[in-house]
Amino acid sequence: MIPNDSPHIVVENLTMAYGDFVIQRDLNFTINRADIFIIMGGSGCGKSTLMRILIGLKRPAKGNVHYGDTNLWEVDSEQRREIMKGCGVLYQRGALWSSMTMAENIALPLREYTDLGPDQIRRVVSLKLALVGLAGFEEFYPSEISGGMQKRAGLARAMAMDPDILFFDEPSAGLDPISAHRLDKLILELRDSLGATIVVVTHELASIFNIGNNSVFLDAESKTMIASGDPKKLRKESDNPTVQQFLTRGMSNTEEKT
Amino acid sequence: MDTLSKEYELNFHRDSSHTLQVRLSGKWKIGNGLPNQERILDELEKEPGIRKIKLDTNDVAQWDSGLLVYLVEVNRIAEKRDIKICKEGLTDGVRSLFELASAVPEQTDSGKLGKSSFWIATIGIRARELGHDTVKFFEFIGNVFLSLGRLFQGKVRLQRTDFFLILQDCGPKALPIITLISILVGMILAFVGAIQLKMFGAQIYVANLVGLGMAREMGAMMASIIMAGRTGAAFAAQLGSMRVNEEIDALTTAGISPMDFLVLPRIISLTIMMPLLCIYANLMGIIGGAFVGVFMLDISPVAYFIQTREAVPLIHFAVGIIKSGVFGVLVAVAGCMRGMECGQSAGAVGDATTKAVVTAIVWIIVSDALLTIMFSIMDI
Ligand SMILES: Nc1ncnc2c1ncn2[C@@H]1O[C@H](COP(=O)(O)OP(=O)(O)O)[C@@H](O)[C@H]1O
Ligand SMILES: [Mg+2]
Repeated sequence: MIPNDSPHIVVENLTMAYGDFVIQRDLNFTINRADIFIIMGGSGCGKSTLMRILIGLKRPAKGNVHYGDTNLWEVDSEQRREIMKGCGVLYQRGALWSSMTMAENIALPLREYTDLGPDQIRRVVSLKLALVGLAGFEEFYPSEISGGMQKRAGLARAMAMDPDILFFDEPSAGLDPISAHRLDKLILELRDSLGATIVVVTHELASIFNIGNNSVFLDAESKTMIASGDPKKLRKESDNPTVQQFLTRGMSNTEEKT
Repeated sequence: MDTLSKEYELNFHRDSSHTLQVRLSGKWKIGNGLPNQERILDELEKEPGIRKIKLDTNDVAQWDSGLLVYLVEVNRIAEKRDIKICKEGLTDGVRSLFELASAVPEQTDSGKLGKSSFWIATIGIRARELGHDTVKFFEFIGNVFLSLGRLFQGKVRLQRTDFFLILQDCGPKALPIITLISILVGMILAFVGAIQLKMFGAQIYVANLVGLGMAREMGAMMASIIMAGRTGAAFAAQLGSMRVNEEIDALTTAGISPMDFLVLPRIISLTIMMPLLCIYANLMGIIGGAFVGVFMLDISPVAYFIQTREAVPLIHFAVGIIKSGVFGVLVAVAGCMRGMECGQSAGAVGDATTKAVVTAIVWIIVSDALLTIMFSIMDI
C-alpha cells in the first residue's frame, strides 16, 4: 500500500522540558497517515519524552500537537482520553500489568471498551498472542516470561483494540536479531494490512532503514531537530555530520577514504 | 628519572615562557594515592603567560585509571583557562583512553548542578514544596471524589476479583497481628490501672479503664497504625512499582483511569475493613485486660464482664468505630497518593513507602485530636 499523504499528527513549535530543564525546542514535523515514522537520536536526547507528549501523558512546555483537527493539549481531559483510546502504545520496558496474566492484560481494554462476550474476547486474545509468536502463553504472568517475550506481549496488548496509530518505544532493544527482524516484518505487515500509522522510537539502524519512510532526528547537543524525512534519503543526502555519523554508525569517514 | 621508585612522580619544567612541560613518571596506580592539582595550579599561577601544556608519560612504569584521573583533571583545568594541551608525549594506550574520556564535553546546563544553595534559599524551596504538596493533596482528594461519583453513576465497575483480593488483604490477613497487638495493649492498660486502683481496693474498676480506653481510643488507634504500616505501605509500594514499570502510563493510554482502576478499590476496601478491624481490636483488648484482671487481681471472669458491660455503653464503641472509619480513609489515601506520585526509580519506591507510613500516622494522630475535641463538645 502506498502511504497517502493526509496528515495524521502535526507537531508545531514544540518545546519540551522537565521543570526548567529544556530537553528539546522548536520541533516541527508532520506524521502522515500510514507512515512508519521514526523518531531517532542518541540516547538521552528526549525520544521517549517526545513520545509521552504525543500520546498525551506529558504536557509540553510550549507548542501544539494536532491530531487531525483536534489540538491534543487544548481539549479537555475527557476528549484527550478519547484520542488516547485510539492509540496503541508499546512501552520501552513492556509495562505489562504485573498482577494480571497475559490473557487478562490483553483482554482488559477489550472488556472495558467493547461489547464482546468472554468467549469472543478469549478468541481475540489468542489471535493477538499468536500474531506476536506467543500462542499458548495466555495463563503466564509477566514475571514468568523473558524480557523479549514481555516486549512482544506488550505489542499484542498495544494491538488489542486495532488502533489506527501505534507507538513503539525502542521495540527491538533487548531482542535477539531474529526476533527483532520478525518484529520489523510485523510492523510493516500491520501498516500494510490495517493501514495503521506507526511511530517508532529507535536507534537500530537496521530497523530504521528497513521500515521507516519518514523520520525526525533529535540532537542532544543543539537541543532541537536537525533533520527530518525519509531516513534512506537522509543517509545519502544529509550534509549534517552528526546525522551522517549516526546513520552510518560513525563509518562515513572511512568509507569516503576507501 | 628513577623509574623504579614505588611512587608516582611529577616534574614541571618550563620550555619557553609559553609552554609548561609536565613529566609523569613512576607508578601511577590508584592504590598508591593520587597527587592533587595544587602543584600544577601553583605552577600556572607563578607565570600567568602559559598557553600550552605538554604532557609526557614516556617514563611511567606502571599505570591504571589513577593516571587517567590526573590527566583528565589537568585537561579540565586547562580548558577553563584556555590553555592548549599537547598530547604528543602520551604513550599510545594512555592517549586513546584520554581522548575517549574527553571526547564528549561535560554537560553543564543539565539543571542538576548548582544544587547546593544558601540555607535561606533552601527554606524557600521547602516552603514552595509544601505549597505544591498541599495543592497535590487536594487535587488527589478531588480526583477520588470524581472517581467515586463515576462509580455511583455506574460509569465504572470495580474489577471483582481484584477488589476481593484487596479486601482480603486489608481484612482477614491482618487479623493475627491485630490480635497480638490488641491483647497486649489491653494488658498494658490493665497493668497500669491495676497498680493505682489496688491502693484503693478498687481493682474491679480496671474493667472500666480497659473497656473505655479500648472502645474510645486505643482500638481504633492501634488498628489504624498497624494498617498504616502494613497495608498503607503496601499500597504505596504496589502503585509505586507500577509507576516505575510504566504500568500506570499503560493504563492511562489504554483509556483506563488509574484512579478508577487502582486507587478507588483500595480506598473503598480499607474504609470498609477498618471499622470491622476496630471492633475486633476492641474485643481483643478487653480480653487482654480480663486476663490481667482474672489472674493478677483475682476478679472472677463473670464479674469482670458484667462490670465492663455496665461501664461501657455502646455509644463509646460507636465513637471508636466512627474514628476508625476516618482513619481508614486517611491511611488508604496516604498510601495511594504517595504511590501515585512516586518517581521513576527503585529508590523512589522506598521513599514513597516511607512517606506513606509517616503521612498516615501524622494524619491519624491529628485527626484523632480533632475528633476527640469534637466528641467532647458534643458531649458524647
Ligand atoms: N522524569 C524525569 N525528570 C527529569 N528529567 C528527566 C525525566 N525523564 C527523563 N529526563 C531527562 O530527559 C532527557 C531525555 O530522556 P528520554 O526522553 O528518556 O531520552 P531517550 O528516550 O531519548 O533516551 C534525559 O536527559 C533525562 O535525564
Ligand atoms: Mg527512551
